[in-house]
Amino acid sequence: MSKQKIRVTVNGTAHEAEVEPRLLLVHFIREVLSLTGTHIGCDTTSCGACTVLLDGKPVKSCTAFAVMADGREVMTVEGLEKDGKLDRIQDGFHQEHGLQCGFCTPGMMMTGYALLKQNPSPSEGDIRWAISGNLCRCTGYVNIVKSIQHAAQKPAQ
Amino acid sequence: MIPASFEYSCPKSLSEAIALLAQYGSDAKILAGGQSLIPLMKLRMASPKHLIDINRIGDLSYIRETDGVLAIGALTRESDLDASELIRKKYPIIHETAAVIADPLVRNMATVGGNLAHADPANDHPATMLALGAEVVAVGPKGTRKIALRELFTGLFTTALDAGEILTEIRIPIPPPHSGGAYLKVERKVGDFATAAVAAQITLDGNTCKSVGIGLTNVGLTPIRASRAEKALLGKAADDKNIQEAARIAAEEAEPSDDLRGSADYKRSLIRVLTGRALRQAISRAKEQ
Repeated sequence: MSKQKIRVTVNGTAHEAEVEPRLLLVHFIREVLSLTGTHIGCDTTSCGACTVLLDGKPVKSCTAFAVMADGREVMTVEGLEKDGKLDRIQDGFHQEHGLQCGFCTPGMMMTGYALLKQNPSPSEGDIRWAISGNLCRCTGYVNIVKSIQHAAQKPAQ
Repeated sequence: MIPASFEYSCPKSLSEAIALLAQYGSDAKILAGGQSLIPLMKLRMASPKHLIDINRIGDLSYIRETDGVLAIGALTRESDLDASELIRKKYPIIHETAAVIADPLVRNMATVGGNLAHADPANDHPATMLALGAEVVAVGPKGTRKIALRELFTGLFTTALDAGEILTEIRIPIPPPHSGGAYLKVERKVGDFATAAVAAQITLDGNTCKSVGIGLTNVGLTPIRASRAEKALLGKAADDKNIQEAARIAAEEAEPSDDLRGSADYKRSLIRVLTGRALRQAISRAKEQ
């Protein structure tokens, strides 16, 4: 099967690669670009551990082909920190103990980051609605919600 | 999970996409949002030899009212419907449907056209579009034709679309004044398919039901139009007794089976209760207009 040349901007850096069309976006991110912050959880479009932003919108990268990201911008959890300074969403998870095992955390933070961009002062209901596609097997939702609320109190970077 | 290998095409225009479909025939599948197709390919329940990615075709994503019709481009994302002021204000039934499809992340990719063309009886748009009396536009090598929703679903995952045709638009007749609709879904959790769901659309003339549309989700091999229940209410007063009778008939028209979401009896009971509630909500909205 013929490979496709793609050019994807990930966390502000343009990457070119020749990929099989069947290569999933999450495998492109983790295995081709070696950005392993994005996790693979259920691999069945249920858990949201693989959430990344595609042109600013949170999507499940286990349910997109890398070729679908050609010419587009991807942001992963590695793109949150700027110049050694944590993003407010990372600081929120740190301050409010928003993680236990940490497996869902990259996806939760990307969804939270996108929510605050779109809605700077979400209600608790807005937050719970926004993260309803991200599962936490530790069931640490109370602190995850608090973490996003903490971030919402801080100015965006 | 890794899908089987396939050849990939990314046409920039509808005519290019149709030419590719004609070339590859039934070996090809259309890739839109991919939120049903990609999971099926990962599970190897589908292994198309060619994927034709229509996401780069620019003019297939829109929501607009023209000439008495609400036209929705097939590539419109569920999240676009959710965010649309027009849909929120004037078509709460469509907003309620889009808002309960899968989860917010999936809705950022999933498309309205895909939700219909996939013809999964568990999908949410079919019941609503049946209730609204919608039709779809199909474009193929022989030209363009319209297919009524009521004739679209021919079997499980099967539609009246020809192998060479692409669903490009959904057309909903703009309901006249004193119309209202509602979509009610029971799901075990966000992201699950409906245990059962009901769409109801009503137009009133005074307190008389001038038109009635009722669609049922995930209680049969295809999305179901509850046409006997519709008839039972048509021309009748929009009162409790007639609503209850229509709801009872809708439950008879459902053809659910036992599965992990519940027994057939339970689902039938859900359809009766949800139909009653959806009709009451639709009637209440019709009276507000």
